[in-house]
Amino acid sequence: MSTKAFSSEVGTGSREENASNKATAPLLDVADLTLKLGASGRTLVNAVSFQVFPGEIVGIVGESGSGKTLAARAVMGFIPPAVRLTGGTIRFEGQDVMAMSGKDLRAMRGSRVGMVFQEPMTSLNPSMLIGRQLDEGLELHRKLDSGQRKALVLDMLRRVGIRDPEGALESYPHQFSGGMRQRIMLASVMLLKPALLLADEPTTALDAVVQRDVMELMVELTQANDTAVLLISHDLGMVARYCSRIVVMCQGDVVEQGTAEDILARPQHPYTRKLLAAMPQRLPARFLPEGGTPIVAVRDLVVDYPGRQGFFRKSAPKRALHGVSIDVKPGEVVAVVGGSGSGKTTLGQSIAGLVRPAGGEILFNGKPIAKSDTAYWDYRLNCQMVFQDPYSSLDPRMTIQQLVGEPLRLVEAMSAAQKKARVAEVLTEVGLGDGFGQRYPHELSGGQRQRVAIARAIVRRPSFVIADEPVSALDVTVRAQVLELFDELQKKHGFSCLFISHDLGVVEQVADRVIVMHEGRIVEEGPRDAIFDDPQHDYTRKLLSAVPGLESTGDGGVRLFWRRGEGEASA
Amino acid sequence: MNGHGRMKLPAPNALVGGTLIAILLATAGTGALWTPYDPLKLSFREKLVAPGALHWLGTDEFGRDVLSRLMAGAATSVWISILTVTLAVVMGTTIGLFSGYMRGWTDRIIMAFNDALLAFPGILLALGLLAVLGANKYGIIVALGIAYTPSVARVVRGTVLSLREREFIAASRVMGNGEGFTMLRHILPNCIAPLTVLATSMFGYVLLAESALSFLGLGVPPPAPTWGNMLAGSRPYIDQAVWLGIFPGLCISLTLLGINLLGDALRDKLDPRMRGAR
Repeated sequence: MSTKAFSSEVGTGSREENASNKATAPLLDVADLTLKLGASGRTLVNAVSFQVFPGEIVGIVGESGSGKTLAARAVMGFIPPAVRLTGGTIRFEGQDVMAMSGKDLRAMRGSRVGMVFQEPMTSLNPSMLIGRQLDEGLELHRKLDSGQRKALVLDMLRRVGIRDPEGALESYPHQFSGGMRQRIMLASVMLLKPALLLADEPTTALDAVVQRDVMELMVELTQANDTAVLLISHDLGMVARYCSRIVVMCQGDVVEQGTAEDILARPQHPYTRKLLAAMPQRLPARFLPEGGTPIVAVRDLVVDYPGRQGFFRKSAPKRALHGVSIDVKPGEVVAVVGGSGSGKTTLGQSIAGLVRPAGGEILFNGKPIAKSDTAYWDYRLNCQMVFQDPYSSLDPRMTIQQLVGEPLRLVEAMSAAQKKARVAEVLTEVGLGDGFGQRYPHELSGGQRQRVAIARAIVRRPSFVIADEPVSALDVTVRAQVLELFDELQKKHGFSCLFISHDLGVVEQVADRVIVMHEGRIVEEGPRDAIFDDPQHDYTRKLLSAVPGLESTGDGGVRLFWRRGEGEASA
Repeated sequence: MNGHGRMKLPAPNALVGGTLIAILLATAGTGALWTPYDPLKLSFREKLVAPGALHWLGTDEFGRDVLSRLMAGAATSVWISILTVTLAVVMGTTIGLFSGYMRGWTDRIIMAFNDALLAFPGILLALGLLAVLGANKYGIIVALGIAYTPSVARVVRGTVLSLREREFIAASRVMGNGEGFTMLRHILPNCIAPLTVLATSMFGYVLLAESALSFLGLGVPPPAPTWGNMLAGSRPYIDQAVWLGIFPGLCISLTLLGINLLGDALRDKLDPRMRGAR
């Protein structure tokens, strides 16, 4: 466990040596790294250079296709078969990674360089006990007997906050939540005390609150072991919070690198400015007339999910919503926020009529929709939904024109020519002009698909739109564009909106009013500024502590500030 | 996406498969109207003649011309296979679509029955049904059609179950579309890719099953030729007249190859996601 125990194994370039000349010898030195796609010769990573010094946290920020993941994986010698290295060097602890033999590479992986992947659901082997999985690396790289290994594993599980480490050894990955799995993944990597940790979007799949906990744990563990971290992320806010230096990548190029403070406050490259501008910002509160009948009112909504049906008996149903009441006034954007399992999606789905509530009622323009067919039909035609995943919400066998035109099928008052004109008009409104109508969804990018989904939702000119995480699957700059479009359309057509999101940054930008949900109940509700500036409930504070506040400094730069979380309020 | 020029040429599998199937259909069509000799005419002086100038593919144990019988048999075999596959696909799709979309108890009951049928070997089920229906062309079609329905129903139900959870189905419901419309407009078209693959491979099974039934004496009654009963009849003469087995076997193999290639090409063509991908 001591430093001595493993420095004998690594040979040259050990930690002591680096520590003595920290200022001059980088732990990782990537110089002019160029990767090309085999067949077409397309450049994926173009002359990328960056360095990581021992114990330092460096962030690589970029959107999809920026080459950030490829560049980072190349450090470990992981390059997909179709990709060729055409230039540059990667030196880790002074050794050229590309020239290493398979044996040396294997010795380096895990032992000296650890990696945490994005998807905690798939990065642990589902058929292997946790204890066995954690033991695997130790067994491979350390000369310890099984008793010593077990003690190390238990100690590490305790440190990453697993409540019952003994029990966890005998459990399978599916018995843990995503956040817990990511902790276990982190534990398995940090057990070997690597000199460098590659973290590829380690918290992207997690809830905002869990995200912060995992990141904090990662920083704490790596600092304690003097491990350097190369953090790859699309989330500039998060990277800025934890990294000392930031490398900004765009389409294979490093466009800018520098200290976190410089990048944020004094961005030099237009792309960096674009990224910063894409971070959600609060706009001045809108004036909405007081009073009036809410367009949609939900009263004491209760939703149960049926229990698992066994062969002979049914387990008790699980209550997802415990009597939730909300009002949405005409023209208002109400955001529902909460972590996973908070019931926010269930709320949206039951209001959209996709989930049958066990109790309570929904009123549309003051009339209960369950009472009569005409009321229900009126509601059905006026309530539309935008889904989270633009890859699954569009029928792959229909053209864009057919997709957008489909809701009009049920509108009897319009002629075929009028419908066609409406489709064209709406497509133009969402920024998909001529030429898109005949295409299929797979030919479009994620942002374009979500524009189609929005077009489909508004083509009938509904008075109420439910948006379930409409931008969470999109890249940062695309997200900003789609949000802007959504905002524009909302102002133009004046529809009311229930905006469901786990991302408080997005909510801060679009919402008039915010509802915070936790475990199937509303814990706090109020105007946006009140919720963000003066949160009352502990859970709200905890949510807020996970996202940065943003202040523009002019000249394209920003300053981030972090709200205090639960229990830190008085500090 | 690169090379729009190349997209004009059909893919090689479509070309080869299409050619083979075109030859088959031409043969079957001709065989129904005209053959070099009468496929049923016996000629004991010319029995087991090796392939030559007079009889291109030789003659069988009764002196009947093999080429003529193959041509006449093509019409029968292909027709039986096409009708059987169509029947099984239509029935299986209907059952699978309904069962998968309804879920719950409807699904359980239908699928329990379906799985019970699936547990019988297809050929055994067909034999039992043939005993009831009578051994003739239409008996075979109905019996094999029913025997292959459960596997289609299974595949379609599985596809429907996964499609149902996709957000575009929820989107369709939010639009106010009825269940029937959603099923036909959004679910059915998305089942076409697995169905095409299944149907093409089933065509081969049916061709073989028809041979097997003929072999057992429950197929198309003799003396009418089918590829199956020709193959079955060749068995006792395998050491004296190898051509008797080779030519029907070759016909069956080439037909299967053609259909499989065409099926693959068809699936790619029918799926918009594959368009322009190669």
